[in-house]
Amino acid sequence: MTAEQIIFLLVAFFTLGSGFMVVTTRNLIHAALWLIATLFGVAVIFALLDAGFLAVVQVVVYIGAIAILFIFAVMLTRKDMRDQGPQMNRNWWFGALISVLTFGGLYFLLQGWNGLSKTAADIPSGFDAVGELGNALVSPNAYVLPFEVASVLLVAALVGAVYVAFNWK
Amino acid sequence: MDFLQDPLKIAADWLLGIFTGWGMPEIAAQVLIGFLGVLILLSALMVLDIFLVWVERKVVSRFQDRIGPNRVGPFGLIQPLADIIKLLIKEDTTPEGADRVVYNIAPLLSMMSVLILWAIVPLAPTMLGVDLNVGALYLIAAGAIGTLSIIMAGWASNNKYALIGAFRQVAVMVSFEIPMLTVLLIPTIFAGSMGMSAITQNQDIWYVWITPLGALIFLIAAIAELGRAPFDMGEAESELVSGYNIEYSGMKFGMFYAGELLHAFTFGGFWAILFFGGYRFFGLEQVSAFLAVAVVVFKAMIGYWIIMWIKYTLLRIRIDHMLAFNWKFLTPLAFVLLMVTALLNALLADAASWFYISIMFLSNVLLGWISLEVARVYSRRQREKVEGPKVVEVAHH
Amino acid sequence: MVPLSWYLILAAALFSVGLFGALSRRNAVAILLGIELMLNAVNINLAAFWRYGNVTNMAGQVFAIIVFAVAAAEVAVGLALVISVYRQRNTVIADDIDMMKF
Repeated sequence: MTAEQIIFLLVAFFTLGSGFMVVTTRNLIHAALWLIATLFGVAVIFALLDAGFLAVVQVVVYIGAIAILFIFAVMLTRKDMRDQGPQMNRNWWFGALISVLTFGGLYFLLQGWNGLSKTAADIPSGFDAVGELGNALVSPNAYVLPFEVASVLLVAALVGAVYVAFNWK
Repeated sequence: MDFLQDPLKIAADWLLGIFTGWGMPEIAAQVLIGFLGVLILLSALMVLDIFLVWVERKVVSRFQDRIGPNRVGPFGLIQPLADIIKLLIKEDTTPEGADRVVYNIAPLLSMMSVLILWAIVPLAPTMLGVDLNVGALYLIAAGAIGTLSIIMAGWASNNKYALIGAFRQVAVMVSFEIPMLTVLLIPTIFAGSMGMSAITQNQDIWYVWITPLGALIFLIAAIAELGRAPFDMGEAESELVSGYNIEYSGMKFGMFYAGELLHAFTFGGFWAILFFGGYRFFGLEQVSAFLAVAVVVFKAMIGYWIIMWIKYTLLRIRIDHMLAFNWKFLTPLAFVLLMVTALLNALLADAASWFYISIMFLSNVLLGWISLEVARVYSRRQREKVEGPKVVEVAHH
Repeated sequence: MVPLSWYLILAAALFSVGLFGALSRRNAVAILLGIELMLNAVNINLAAFWRYGNVTNMAGQVFAIIVFAVAAAEVAVGLALVISVYRQRNTVIADDIDMMKF
C-alpha cells in the first residue's frame, strides 16, 4: 500500500465518520460542526485529486458561508439551547433501510462496470488547471451558458431569501 | 548556488546528505526536512509575535501620550516575557455549562487560521512555503477558519456577551469578505495569476500606483476582518465587556490575543505583498535572500503600524452603520472598480507604460471622487429627512 | 495510486449517509444538513471523473462549481423558509409543519 492510499483511507474514514455524526448527533450545533469536519475531509479529497481550486473554493464557500449560515439558523430557530424530544422521526428505520439499499445498489452497479479499477494518468507537465477552468467557464464553445444561468440562479436565490425571511412587521 | 542567494536549498541539501548518510530513505528525509522548515518558520513567527506585544504596547502608549512598558529590561523589552509568565500561571477556568471540547478547540483554530496564512507568503525569491496558484482564494479560506473559531468560542462559552459579540463579529467578517475578495482580483488581473509569488514578481511598478483605491479598500476590509477599531464591534469592551473571548483566561486568552496581533501583522504583510511590491526594493532582493526577508518584514511592519494608527485614532462605528457601509458603499465600489480596472487593462494592453500608469491612477482617483460625492449627497438627504432642510441663507434686511 | 473505485465508493457511502439524514431527521435544519452531505458526495464523483478521465476536458470541475452555486442558493432559500416558518408556527419540526393537510 502506498503512502497516497494510506492518506486516502485516513481521510475517507474521517469524512465518513464525521458525516455519520452529522446525521446522528442530537445537538444540532454539534451536527453543524461535524458537517464542517466532513467538508474539510472533502476538501482534502479534492486536493488529493489535484483539484486545488475546488479544494479552496470548498473551504471558502462551504465552511466560510454555508456552515456559518447553518449555525446561525440553528441558533435563530430555538427558544432554549437544550435539545428535547427525539431527533429522529417515526420512520427512521425506513430511511435507514432505503439508504442501505441505495449504497448496496450503487455498489452492485459499480461492480459491473469495467472502468472501475482505472488509474489516473499523470497530469501533463505545464498543464494549468486553474487557467483552463477559467477559460472553460467563459468560453462560448464551452460552459458560458451554464455559468451565467448559475449566476442568475444565485441572484434569484438572494432576492428570494431576503423576501421570504424579511420581517414585515 | 551562492548561500546568500538561496540559503534554504543549500541547508536542505546539506541536511539531506546527513540524513541519508545515517541510512534514512530519501523520501523520509525529504518529509523530515519539510517538517523542520515548517517548525523553523512557526518558531520564528511565535518569537516575532512576542516582540509584537511590545511593539503594540509601546506604539499605543505613544499615541496616548504615555511612555508604555519601561520597567522590565531596556525600554521594557522583556515585558512580553513577563506577560507570558503571568498568563501561564493564571488559573485556567472553564465556565459552567460550557461545551468543553468546542470551547478548547476555538483558541487553537484562531491561532491556526493566522499561522497557515504564512504558508503562501513569499519571503524572498527563493524562500516561500508553497507557491499556490490560488493564493488569493487561500487568503479568504484561512479567514473562513478564523470566522469559525470566533463563532465556536462565542457559542461554547455559554455566555450572552460572548454570543452577541461572536454574532456581530461574524456578521462583519462574512460581509467584508466580499469587497476583500473582489479587490484581491485586481492584482490578479495585473499579474495574470493568483499566486503570491507571481504577483510580487510582476510588480515592476508597485500596484498601489495603478490601483490606489483598491489598496485602500483592501486595507479597510482587512481591518474589518481583523475586528480592530473602528470595526471592533465584536469586542466593544464598553458594552460587551470583551465579546467572544470574555470567558477565556490564562493562555487560552493569550492565544486569541497573540493571534490577533499576528493577524494584524500578517495583513500588513499581505498589503505590502499585493500592493507595495513584497520583497522587491530597488533590486535589493537580488543581492541576498536575507535582505529580501528584511525588506518584506520592514514593509509588513509599516502596514502593521498603519493598522495600529487607525485603531488608536478612530472611534467605534455602530454595527448597523458598519454593515450598511459595507453593503451599500464598499461592495458596489469594489465591483465597479474591478470592472473599470479589467476594462482599462484590456483596452490599454498595448499602450505605453507611462500612459497606462497615469490613466489607471486617474481612473481610480476619479472613481473615488465620484463615490465620495454620491455618499455626500445621500448623507445630506438622510440628514434633511431627520433634521429638516438646512437653512442656507439667513434673510438680511 | 488510488484506484477510481475507492473514490466512487466513498462518494456512494457519503451519499447514503446524507440520504439517511434527509429522510430520518425531524428538524428541518438537520434535513438540509443531510442534503449538503449528498451534494458533497456528488462533487467528489465529479472531481474524480475529471481526474481519471481526460484531464484537459474541464467538464467535471465546471459542474462541481455549478453544484457549489446550487448548494449556496439552496441553503439560502431553505434556511430563509425555515426561519419564516419558525416565525409563523414556532416550530422547525418537519412533521409539525402540516398546513397543507387541511
